[in-house]
Amino acid sequence: MRRLTPYLLALPGWMWMAIFLVVPLGAMASVSLQTGNAIDGFVMTFSVSNYSDAIGGYSIQLVRSLVYGGVATLAMLVIGYPVAYWIAFKGGRHKSVYLFLLLLPFFVSFVLRTISWGFLLADDGILLGTLKSWGLLHPDFRVLATSFAVVAGLTYNFLPFMILPIYVALERVDPRLVEAAQDLYAGRGTAFRKVVLPLSLPGVFAGVLMTFVPATADPVNAQVLGGTSNTMIGNIIQTEYLINNDYPTASALSFTLMAVLLVGIFAYARVLGTENVLEAAAR
Amino acid sequence: MRDARTRIGDRLLHAYTWLVILWLVSPIAVMIMFGFNDKKSKSNATWQGFTFKWYGELFALTDLTQALVNSLAIAIVSTVVTVVIGTMLGLALGRHRFRAHGATNFLVFAAISTPELVMGASLLSLFVSANLPRDAVTITIAHVLFSLSFVTVTVRARVGTLDPSLEEAARDLGAGPWATFRQVTLPAIMPGVLAGAMLAFALSIDDYVVTSFVNGSTLTFPLWIVGSVKTGIPPQVNVMGTLIFSVGVLIAIINTIASRRRA
Repeated sequence: MRRLTPYLLALPGWMWMAIFLVVPLGAMASVSLQTGNAIDGFVMTFSVSNYSDAIGGYSIQLVRSLVYGGVATLAMLVIGYPVAYWIAFKGGRHKSVYLFLLLLPFFVSFVLRTISWGFLLADDGILLGTLKSWGLLHPDFRVLATSFAVVAGLTYNFLPFMILPIYVALERVDPRLVEAAQDLYAGRGTAFRKVVLPLSLPGVFAGVLMTFVPATADPVNAQVLGGTSNTMIGNIIQTEYLINNDYPTASALSFTLMAVLLVGIFAYARVLGTENVLEAAAR
Repeated sequence: MRDARTRIGDRLLHAYTWLVILWLVSPIAVMIMFGFNDKKSKSNATWQGFTFKWYGELFALTDLTQALVNSLAIAIVSTVVTVVIGTMLGLALGRHRFRAHGATNFLVFAAISTPELVMGASLLSLFVSANLPRDAVTITIAHVLFSLSFVTVTVRARVGTLDPSLEEAARDLGAGPWATFRQVTLPAIMPGVLAGAMLAFALSIDDYVVTSFVNGSTLTFPLWIVGSVKTGIPPQVNVMGTLIFSVGVLIAIINTIASRRRA
């Protein structure tokens, strides 16, 4: 009986993930190779051309998503690192208060947050409207429906996911190491580059993983903030599935997106050196 | 000289941190503010005076109210299911060594790292192939799926900190497996289970992407909001958002104070 305990405990979880994750991914793989339409049904024809058609037809949106996701992730890193650094080393007694403030956006629905951010950027909204009425901006100036709005929205929405892992990594750095480096005549910059930065890399790695994938695949920001000329791959997949009912194309696109993201993650892990990262994370 | 420069640098970083926090919080302020907007025209985009009207007419839009009720019901049911299944899985992974240990860990990781979009799309493929109508049940199934790994990981982390000799002691004192679990293991891992439950609830009530694939004609709160972006968001949405925000923050604060007391 004792032998069986772990299997019995794990059984419901296995079943759930097998039936609703593994089987659906299989179903999707099969659909992505079928041809037909929603009315007459789909038949398996092993048509790999679904993939080449989908990639060929939507290469612009695919590349755009990767670029937007990549730029937003980079922006999050640049904006978020100093914040994580300051809270970890100078936050003192109020560290948890700062972290709580950073997490406040999560108490508002993701969709509503994005819409409110759009409110702020609206052509005649609080920000631009006021600046325009003061004559500081040209009346035709706009932020909404530009690529900047979408990237800014992605950056805004996922920023805490970048700051938190970096903070956790920095928090573990012993301040005495920095003091030791400075005692050995390293300047502030050198001490940061040689001691703090390498020790925080596992946090950076985790932060990039937690933000790049959801930012690249996100359809909400492009839909709410991007107007018609900034469609991302997420919007295309949604439309193909839910409006056009073109399941083979949509499935092929979904798999392409997942493959591209996985390859990206592995390449990135390779460049950064997974062993070093994992080793540092384990400590 | 170097000290003075360091101090200025720290001040600048401090101010910068507050600037980023201000940026993160400003859309919330906008959301709260426009719940008090006395708008006359159809659009709720410009400030037209202060009013409590929308708090009085909170449930005036029946389909919006229905969407919020759907969201809450789905969040509660999926949280309960997820917590039971996820705690069991977390216990299995954290407490036992068994043959499928590595494969199970991989499955949990795969579920976390699958993009939401792909998860939603693949579930729709399954439901379409199985001819299953899409409604609140399929939404709940999907929500359990994407919350499960997070609950499992949270519980597993807590189980890892548990001293196995406690359970052995209980067994030595004649407690059966069920009594040991009820009176020793469960109380010890309770903080992890509760944290997992809160996470599952928050993920469920907030989800748009996965839900948009498997909802059929059932609407949840986020889906209703996205659906009304084109025609303009009514102030009631802001009020509901404000109330959810307030309750969430209140629970978080009470939780923090309570855990400080215990410590």
